[in-house]
Amino acid sequence: MRKALFMAAITALILSSNPALADSETQTIKQQLEALKKEYQQRITALEARLLKTEQSAKQAHTKAQKIEAKLLQSSTLGTGSSGKNSFNPAISLILDGRFASFDNDPGNYELPGFTLGGEAGLNEKGLSVGHSEFIMSANVDDKFYGQMTIAIVEHEDATEVELEEVFIQTLGFGSGLTLKAGRFLSEIGYLNQQHAHAWDFVDAPLIYRGLFGNQLIDDGLQVTWIAPIDIFLKLGTELLSGNRYPAAGRHDGVGAWTTFADIGGDIGIEHSWQLGLSHWQANDIAGRENGGHAHGGGAAETPSFDGDSKINAVDLVYKWAPNGNPKNQNFKFQFEYFDRKENGKVAMLNSGPPLEVTSYDGHQKGWYAQTTYQFKPQWQAGLRYEQLDSNNQGSDADVLAEAGLDNEGHTPKRYSGVLEWLPSEFSRVRLQFNRDESYKETDNQLFLQYTMSLGSHGTHPF
Amino acid sequence: MFHQRIKKYWLGVLLLSLCSNKVYAQINVFACEPEWAALTRTVGGDAVKVYSATTAQQDPHHIQARPSLIAKVRRADLLVCTGAELEAGWLPLLLRKSGNGNIQPNRPGYFIAADHIALLEKPIVLDRSLGDIHAAGNPHFHLDPYLILQIAKALTVRLTKIDPVNSDLYQQNLLNFSRNWNLAITKWEQRAQPLRGKRIVVSHNSWVYLEQWLGFIKAATLEPKPGIPPSSTHLSKVLAQLKQNPAEMILYADYQNDKSAHWLSQKTGLVTISLPFSPSDGETLIQWFDKLMNRLLRVDHEL
Repeated sequence: MRKALFMAAITALILSSNPALADSETQTIKQQLEALKKEYQQRITALEARLLKTEQSAKQAHTKAQKIEAKLLQSSTLGTGSSGKNSFNPAISLILDGRFASFDNDPGNYELPGFTLGGEAGLNEKGLSVGHSEFIMSANVDDKFYGQMTIAIVEHEDATEVELEEVFIQTLGFGSGLTLKAGRFLSEIGYLNQQHAHAWDFVDAPLIYRGLFGNQLIDDGLQVTWIAPIDIFLKLGTELLSGNRYPAAGRHDGVGAWTTFADIGGDIGIEHSWQLGLSHWQANDIAGRENGGHAHGGGAAETPSFDGDSKINAVDLVYKWAPNGNPKNQNFKFQFEYFDRKENGKVAMLNSGPPLEVTSYDGHQKGWYAQTTYQFKPQWQAGLRYEQLDSNNQGSDADVLAEAGLDNEGHTPKRYSGVLEWLPSEFSRVRLQFNRDESYKETDNQLFLQYTMSLGSHGTHPF
Repeated sequence: MFHQRIKKYWLGVLLLSLCSNKVYAQINVFACEPEWAALTRTVGGDAVKVYSATTAQQDPHHIQARPSLIAKVRRADLLVCTGAELEAGWLPLLLRKSGNGNIQPNRPGYFIAADHIALLEKPIVLDRSLGDIHAAGNPHFHLDPYLILQIAKALTVRLTKIDPVNSDLYQQNLLNFSRNWNLAITKWEQRAQPLRGKRIVVSHNSWVYLEQWLGFIKAATLEPKPGIPPSSTHLSKVLAQLKQNPAEMILYADYQNDKSAHWLSQKTGLVTISLPFSPSDGETLIQWFDKLMNRLLRVDHEL
C-alpha cells in the first residue's frame, strides 16, 4: 500500500515535469528523485515508528484500565461494612408471639400443692392472646465488650407491661478462658434457664421452673465463667446476685444471692453430643418474699410471705443426635433436669389477723422433667415431655402452711405434654401442644396453638 | 555399666524430645469448614495443628455452638472461616463464650476468607421473603480455584504475622502450592472443556462460583427460595420449565437432601450428580477438586 503510494507520487512527479529534457538535466532530475525517494523513506519509517508507539501505549492504557476496574470491583465488595450512619447500629431482632389456649378447668383456679407461685408462674390467658413480644438489641461495644438488651412486652390482666428482661455487658475475649458479665441476665443455673422463652421447645416452662423460680431465674449482678484449656468442654462459673428478685427478696447491701455451676460436655463421634451440668443457688437472707402469682390476683387478699434462707441444687443433662452431625433436616434431642430446694425460716400470711398468722417453715421441694424432641422432616418436629414434683414441708402451724399452699395435700403433681411443630424457615414456627396437667387434684386438659416469629438480625444456634 | 549408659541415653532422648516439643509449639488452628482446614494444613505444614469444626457431610449454615466447639475455640491461636454470614448462627456465640482474646474480630488470629476476595450475588434488596440470603454475597466461593489461590496468599501473610519464626516455611509451602494448583487448574479446565455451556439444575444456590468458572448455565433451582425446602408446587413449575427448555444434569451437594433431585430425575430422565461440597477428612484440596471433576465428568472408575 505504502509502496504503491510512493510509486504514484513518483509517476506524478515525472508526469508533471517537462517532457523535452537534456541528458544533463536527466541526471540532475535523477539525483533529485533519489533525494526525494530517500526523504520519503525516512518520513515513512518515522511514521511507522510513531504508529507502533501509539499502539503500544494504547495497549498499556487498556491493561491499566482493566487493573483499576478489577481493583474498584474488589474494593466495593470487600468486607461487610457499608457506609452511612446506620452501619454501627446494634443488631436488632423482634420476637412476635401469638397464641390460642383452651383449658378444661378455669386457669384462675390453678395451684401447685406444696409449692407457692410467684414471678411469672400461673397459666396463660385462655382464648386468643398475644404472648411474650420481645425486642432484642445487641452489638460489640468496642474491642473489649459486648452489650445486649432484651425488652419483653407482656399483657397482664388487661395492662400492658414492659419488662426489662435482660440488660448486660460482657467481656469479649478477656483471655485465659475467662468471661465476665455484668447487669441483669438469665442465671446459668440448670440448662433451660439460660434460654429465652421463645427458644423453648414447649409453650410453657417445666413445672419445677414454675414452682421454684416463677418460670425463670433472672437477677442483677456479676457473672464470672472460666473455660478449662483442655480438649473436653469444662466450664466453671459463679454469679454474685442482688437477691432482690424472685425467688429471693429484700434489699441487700452486698450480695443477696449467689450461684455456682459446672458444665462438662463434648462429642461422641460425629453424630452425638452431650452436656452435663451441676449448679447451686443460695440466698441466706430472704426478707418478705411474697407469693400469689398472677392466678391469685392482687387486692387485699391474704398473701404468704417468706423470710429465711434458701438453697437449690440442680443437675441437668442434654444429649443431641443428628445424622452425620448435620442437624438441618433431621435431629433428636433429649433433655433432663432435676432440682432440689431446701428452705428454712418463717412464713407469714400478710393482711391476715390480727394477730398475724405466722408459722416456722422447714421446706423441702424437688422435681424433675424429661423431654425429647425429634425433627423427623426438614420442616417438622415433634416432642414429648413428662414431669413430676414432690415436696415435704414442715412448720409449727400446719394450718398456716396449708393456707400458704405449702401443704402438698397428699398429691404428686405430674404433667404429660406432646407437641407438634411446623418450621417453615429458620425464622418462623407454628406449634400445637397438648398438656394433660395433673398439677393439682382435678386433672386439666390443655391445648395451645402458638406462633413464634423472629424478625431482623439472624439469631444464634446455642446448644 | 552398659545398661546404665543405655538408660542415660534414653533419658537424654526423652528430655530432648520434651524440649523439642516446647521449641516447636504448633499453632492451634480452628477452621470452620474442611476446605480451610485443608488449605491451612497445606500452607502451614508441620507448624500448625488444624481442627475442622465441620465435615463435608454437614451444612455449615446449620451448626450449633456445641460444647466441644467452645472447648476448641478456647485454645485456638488462629481462626480460619468463610465469613459472609455463613457461620452467623454459631461463630459469634463461640467467640463470645470462648474467653479467648486471640481470635476475636480484628485481631490477627481472626481470619475471614470473605474479607480477601470479591463475592458474587451481593443482593441489592435485603428482605427475608427472598429466603435465607446473605447480605455480603454468596458465601460458597471455595468452589472457584482462582479465589482459593487468592485466599491462600492472604492466609500465608496472616500465618507469617502470627508465627514469624516459621515464615520461610510458609512462603515455601505457598510457592509449592501455587505451582501445583496452577498446573491443576489448567488440567481441570481442559478436562471440563466439554461441559462448557451445559444447562444445569441445582438443589441450592451453592454452585454459583463453579458455574462461573466452568461456564455452566443454571436452568433452575430446586429450592423455591434459598434455605426453603423444595415444595411440590415449585417442583412442578421447574418440571414444566424444563420441558420447554431442557437441561442436562441435576447437581446437589453430598449433604443435601436428594429426594427432590431424584424425583425430578425420574420425571425428566436427567442425570443426578452428587458432588462433594468440601474435602473429606484427610483429603487435600487438589484431591477434592479431582474427585469433583470425576463426578462431574462421570468418570466412575476413577472414584
